[in-house]
Amino acid sequence: MSIRLTNIAKTFGRTKALEPLDLNIADGELVGLLGPSGSGKTTLLRIIAGLEQPDRASQGSIHFGERDVTQVHVRDRRIGFVFQHYALFRHMSVFDNVAFGLTALPRRERPSTGEIRTCVNRLLEMVRLEEFAKRYPAQLSGGQQQRVSLARAWHSNPTCYCWMSLLARWMPRCVRNSGAGCVICTTS
Amino acid sequence: MLFLLLPLIAIFAQAFAEGVAIFWNNLSDEYTLAAIGLTLLVTALTIPVNLVFGVFLAWLVTRFEFPGRRLLQTLIDIPFAVSPVVAGLVYLLLYGSSGWVGSWLDGYDIQLMFAWPGIVLVTIFVTCPFVARELIPLMQAQGALEEEAAVTLGASGWTIFRRVTLPNIKWALLYGVILTNARAVGEFGAVSVVSGSIRGETNTLPLHVELLYQDYNTVGAFTAAALLALIALFTLAAKAGLEWRATRREQFR
Repeated sequence: MSIRLTNIAKTFGRTKALEPLDLNIADGELVGLLGPSGSGKTTLLRIIAGLEQPDRASQGSIHFGERDVTQVHVRDRRIGFVFQHYALFRHMSVFDNVAFGLTALPRRERPSTGEIRTCVNRLLEMVRLEEFAKRYPAQLSGGQQQRVSLARAWHSNPTCYCWMSLLARWMPRCVRNSGAGCVICTTS
Repeated sequence: MLFLLLPLIAIFAQAFAEGVAIFWNNLSDEYTLAAIGLTLLVTALTIPVNLVFGVFLAWLVTRFEFPGRRLLQTLIDIPFAVSPVVAGLVYLLLYGSSGWVGSWLDGYDIQLMFAWPGIVLVTIFVTCPFVARELIPLMQAQGALEEEAAVTLGASGWTIFRRVTLPNIKWALLYGVILTNARAVGEFGAVSVVSGSIRGETNTLPLHVELLYQDYNTVGAFTAAALLALIALFTLAAKAGLEWRATRREQFR
């Protein structure tokens, strides 16, 4: 799934976070955003995911493949988002964190408990955290939390990944295994 | 410590001054029971309303940006700034049978003031900041990241609230409910203005204490006061219990 941004700009109050920009990411392409702190990398990723809206004035648009997703809500964009500080659900176990994308589905669409368990265990194996399934995020090291957040974003075969931290080791595996459209990383 | 303990001891001492039998008599007096019943009713209605309202308000103020957000946050504190008696008077002005809203309701034969609905309304007003004030700083400090993570994973608003937000705020919520409960039970000023103090009908427990004292029934008054003191002690114990749980959890991080 390719991503096409046209004329995307973002202003917060009086601060211009993003000048109007165009960006084309081809299907399967891995793009890294580099820049100093405050250059708008995070804002751009959040706009792609739908967590921020681009300025109306510039009338920008976002396309996933042929589909115009500018007005589509975050939850329907199916982006695998990995936050800078992982944003794991602190009161849920590692297993429940990774399973969240599946257990949050409406009843009609939700797979059975057995299917969910199989899927989550497979994901935990992929990030080598099978033994940590019952632990809580506070009991994990930073690197382990990073892997949990990756597994959590991995679950639903997202159309695209937005990573706000550099998970260099996992990049090739992610692109190979998931068949996701493209991967964007940001690093400061 | 003595300043806090002595009055408490004095209340219980006076309540039992004429013996346990008289104590039970006073407690089971029909007007006292009616007062207890009314206090319980008012509290039972106030708590759910302010729970829902407080959570909704905190959610609105901490998770959304909109013009007037800061103003709303200041408005929440109005019941704290206003004297309860003034609050009661304003309600009388609005909802009394010659008031702006009250005269319209009077046409439908609905009486709010000098009846239990008025007491409930005014108690809701004076207790409404508690839940919101407990939640807002906590939710601001926690940030919206977990909720954002949940929405990128496809969760609906209600699912996010139920599975992500609520578990993170539950102790603060409980604490807010305990405070609301304590204030609702003990509210005097505002209720005294709107209730009319009709014995057996619109007398809450605090009002009943005053009534008994004015009747020179000192022991009776202290008996009712002892009941209120007991509720206060339970509130303190619950608060301490919650704080103990909270620190215990922190130790395991």
